[in-house]
Amino acid sequence: MQRAITLELDQVEKIIRRNRIIKGISFSVQEGEVFGFLGPNGSGKTTTIRMMVGLVRPTAGRIRVCGYDIQKDHTEALAKVGSIVENPELYPFLSGMENLEYFARMIPGVTREKIDEVVRRVDLSARIGDRVKDYSLGMRQRLGIAQALLGDPKLLILDEPTNGLDPQGIRELRAFIRQLADEGLSVFISSHMLSEIQLMCDRVAIINEGSIIRVGVVDELLTQNFRKIIWYANPYDRAKSLLMNSPFIKVREQELVDAGIVTEVAPEHIPQLTAALVDQGIEIYGIEWKKPSLEDLFLDMTEGEHHA
Amino acid sequence: MLSMYGLVMNEALKILQRKRLWVVVLILLVLVPIFTYAQFRATLDNQKQLGTTDWKVSVRQSINDTTNRLSSTRIPEDWKKLMRIRIQQQQYYLDHDINPTSPNGVTFTRDFMSNAVSLFIPLLIVIISSDIVSGEHTGGTIKLLLTRPVKRWRILTSKLIALFLFVSAIVVLTGIIAYAISGVVFGYTGWAYPVLTGFQIQGEEVNTEGVHVLPQWLYIMMEYGLSWYACLAVACISFMVSVLVRSTAAGMGVMVSALIAGTILTNMASAWESAKYFFMVNLQLTDYLAGTLPTIPGLSLTFSLTTLGIWSVASLLVAYIVFIRRDVY
Repeated sequence: MQRAITLELDQVEKIIRRNRIIKGISFSVQEGEVFGFLGPNGSGKTTTIRMMVGLVRPTAGRIRVCGYDIQKDHTEALAKVGSIVENPELYPFLSGMENLEYFARMIPGVTREKIDEVVRRVDLSARIGDRVKDYSLGMRQRLGIAQALLGDPKLLILDEPTNGLDPQGIRELRAFIRQLADEGLSVFISSHMLSEIQLMCDRVAIINEGSIIRVGVVDELLTQNFRKIIWYANPYDRAKSLLMNSPFIKVREQELVDAGIVTEVAPEHIPQLTAALVDQGIEIYGIEWKKPSLEDLFLDMTEGEHHA
Repeated sequence: MLSMYGLVMNEALKILQRKRLWVVVLILLVLVPIFTYAQFRATLDNQKQLGTTDWKVSVRQSINDTTNRLSSTRIPEDWKKLMRIRIQQQQYYLDHDINPTSPNGVTFTRDFMSNAVSLFIPLLIVIISSDIVSGEHTGGTIKLLLTRPVKRWRILTSKLIALFLFVSAIVVLTGIIAYAISGVVFGYTGWAYPVLTGFQIQGEEVNTEGVHVLPQWLYIMMEYGLSWYACLAVACISFMVSVLVRSTAAGMGVMVSALIAGTILTNMASAWESAKYFFMVNLQLTDYLAGTLPTIPGLSLTFSLTTLGIWSVASLLVAYIVFIRRDVY
C-alpha cells in the first residue's frame, strides 16, 4: 500500500561561503510514519531542518510539504508544518496560555476549543496560567509540542526532542509521538543518538558530513548487521587467542572496552564458544551484548566505501 | 489571509509584557519633577533679580519704549512689523493678567519638548525599538516567529506598526506627564497665551516677514506634531539597527552614540556644512517654529523634514531587504 507523501526533499544543497554544508540530499516522509534523521553533531541535521521550515534558503534543490514548495508557496507549506527547532524557545515573560494565544493569532482558523484541546493533550492544564520562565524543561518541551500542534499540521518536526528530558519524560514523549503517528501525522525526529531512533522511528535517514548515507526501515538498517559481543575473561591473552582461532567469530582488535574483548559473532555460536573457553580453564566473568553506537554504525557503513 | 490586526496585537503584547513602556513612563515620572524644580528655581532667581517691582510696570514701560521707537524713520519696515507684534503680545499679558516672567504648566510643556526632542525623547524611543527584532534573536524566538505560515514582510510590518503606535504613545505621554507634573507647581492655565511663530530662515538670517501670534495650544500641537515626525524617523533608523545588529546591547550602543554624536556635532560643526546631511542634527525641528537660528548653516524646516524622510525610507528599505532574505540560524 502506497501512502501519501507529506515531506519530500529533492537534491537539496546548501553552500555557505563556498562550503557545501549539504551536498544534494533527497528523501521523503510518508503519512503516519515516524521518520528518524540520524547523524552526529555537525553533520548538517540542523541546517537541513532549518531549510525544511523556511528559516534557511536552499542553494539548490526543492523541498515540498504536502506538495507545496517551501520557497514558492511558503505560507501554504508552513501551514501544514508544526515544528520545534532546537530548544523549545517560547516567550518566558508570557504565561503558557498567552504563548499559545500568541501563536494562535499567527495561524488561520485556530479556535479557543483547539487551544484547550492541545493543552489537555500535552497535559499542561494545571500550569498553563504560569509564566514560562517558571516551567521545567520538560514542561517547556510539552508547551512547545502544544504550540506545534495548534494548526493541525500534517507534519511535525522535532529537533533533538529528548535533549534534557529525564527517562520518564522520554518514555512519555515516545508514547505520545507514536499516538500522533497512529492518528495519521508524519513525525520527523532528528537525533544524534542511535538508541533513541531505534526506539521511536519506523524509518530512518542517516546523514554524515552533509550527505545521506542510507535511508531505510530502522529494524533492517540498524539491528541486523550488529552482533557485538564483549567477553570478560581471565587470563585475557589466552582467551583472546582462543577466540581469534575460532572460525565463527571476528575479534575487533582496534576496539578496547575496559578489560573486555570486543567481537562480532552470531548469537547461536555463543554457548559453544563459552564451553570451549571453560574447557581450557579460562574463567569467564561476563559476556555482554553491546548495542552498536552511532560511531560503530558509521564505521561499518563507510568501511566498504573507503576501501573501494 | 490572516489579518494584520492579530500580528500587531502580538507585537504590542510583547512590548507591554516586557515592561518597556513602564520603564519609559517611570523615567519621565522621575525626571520631569526634577526639571520642574530646576525651572522653579530659575523663576525664583529671575524674580529676585527684577526686585520687588510690579511686573505690570515693567511690561508697560517696555510697550512704551517700543511704541516710541516705532515712530522713528530710521528703523526698517520689517523690524517695525516685528515690534508691532511684540507690542500686541505684551498687551495681551497686561489684558489677561499674565506675568511673562513666571512660567505656567503649558509653557513648561512647550519648553520641555523643545529641549527634549533632539536627545531625551529619542533615547526613550531607543529603549522600545532597540530590541524589537534583535530581542527575538537573543531569545531564540525568531525561529518560532518565522516558521509560522506568515510571510516575513508581514511580520516585519506588524513590528513596525506596533513601534509607530508606541512612539506616538511616548510623544503624547511626554506632553501629558510634563503638563500634569509642572502644573502642580506653576498652575494649569496658559493654553491661550500668545506665542510668536512664522520665522523663516534664509541663509544665515532670520526673516521675520511672516511672523504672527498663535495661541499656545495651537503652537503646542504644531510643536508636538513636528517632534512626532522626528521621533518616527529615529524609530525607523533604530528599527533598521535592530534588524542588522543581532545583539540588543550593541544595537542600543550604536543608536545612543549616534544620537549623542548629533548633539556634539551641533555644537562643533558650525563651519562644516555637509554635516547637515546627518539625521541626528536634523531632529531639532521645534527650533524652526521658535525661530532660533540653526547652528549648522543650510538647515531649514523643509530641508530637515526631507532629510529625515529620506533617512527613514532608506532605513526601512534596508531593514526589509535584509530581514526577508536572511538565513536564520
